[in-house]
Amino acid sequence: MSSGDIPEGAKAPVPDKRRGLVRRAWQFVLDLIDVLLKPSSIFGLGVLVLAGFAAGVIFWGGFNTALELTNTEKFCTGCHEMKDNVFAELKSTVHFSNRSGVRASCPDCHVPHNWTDKIARKMQASKEVWGHLFGTIDTREKFTDRRLELALHEWARFKANDSLECRNCHSAQSMDITKQSPRAVEAHQRFLFTGEKTCIDCHKGIAHHLPDMRGVPGWQ
Amino acid sequence: MMLVAASVAAGSSALLAQSVSSSLRGPTPLNDEGPAPPIQPMKNTAEKEVRNYPEQPPVIPHAIDGYQVDMQGNKCLSCHARARTAESKAPMLSITHFMDRDGQFLASVSPRRFFCTQCHVPQSTANPPVSNDFVDIDTLLAHDKPGGKR
Repeated sequence: MSSGDIPEGAKAPVPDKRRGLVRRAWQFVLDLIDVLLKPSSIFGLGVLVLAGFAAGVIFWGGFNTALELTNTEKFCTGCHEMKDNVFAELKSTVHFSNRSGVRASCPDCHVPHNWTDKIARKMQASKEVWGHLFGTIDTREKFTDRRLELALHEWARFKANDSLECRNCHSAQSMDITKQSPRAVEAHQRFLFTGEKTCIDCHKGIAHHLPDMRGVPGWQ
Repeated sequence: MMLVAASVAAGSSALLAQSVSSSLRGPTPLNDEGPAPPIQPMKNTAEKEVRNYPEQPPVIPHAIDGYQVDMQGNKCLSCHARARTAESKAPMLSITHFMDRDGQFLASVSPRRFFCTQCHVPQSTANPPVSNDFVDIDTLLAHDKPGGKR
């Protein structure tokens, strides 16, 4: 019985303390609102403006730095899901290793370069953090089972923005078709330059392995 | 006996000289591995190549680097499948590819004919180190014809 008494005795003071803490915190918030609403009696307007400006610069710089940090290949391949699956597959493709040494890293193709679109994509990516925490694709088998779904998202995005992330590097205007193979010349003249098709319509699976392509338009 | 020994010695020295100077290995000694020859680019055109004999699987006249052909999909069929040839202007894969091993025609490519590169191969632009004296059957048959060149 005495063992039952001790927790009761121990429990009793805790709510009191918490209530005190909550009350004090609430009081602090009320005081803060009071202070924020009153005009400053100590600092001059110039000091406030300059300090606000400086704080703004620091905040914005910090925000952008953090954002850019999440936009690196090192960050993307920090999760084994990316490192062991899609990044391993990228390594054998022309977008990783080629004659001129220009290469695409993850965000070049998978994150829009335009700021608002980029922020929208970053917010979407919070679902990927969820997926990582709950192990949605934490084995090769789970990943390949979901590969079609994941690929369909990316194809839909490329289709919707007219393969913008391809065109950030591969501009149709700068394409010298005399340097291309006869088959490429024919296809690009007929479908790309006329706008009938966009890059992703033909160039699927160029950077990662394909999912099960049965039923995908243009595939068997 | 002396003559035989001399001729053997002469033959082996000739063989030695040949292996050093004029073999496909180049001057690399037999117990060494020579430098690998540079990789030549693949022929990359859209022009059909003539078959050397009727049963020959047509060769691929273009590069196929990175074309995925496996359980997930077949990049070749994106152009060469029956339904895709109108758009791609590529030759349709032959009807024999729809046949299963009992000679029954299936609705689409038979699994045993799915892996294109088992028979069809792209062509390297490298110069063959040994010339080929293959004679086409039509040329051979023409010899017996009245108008055939002899």
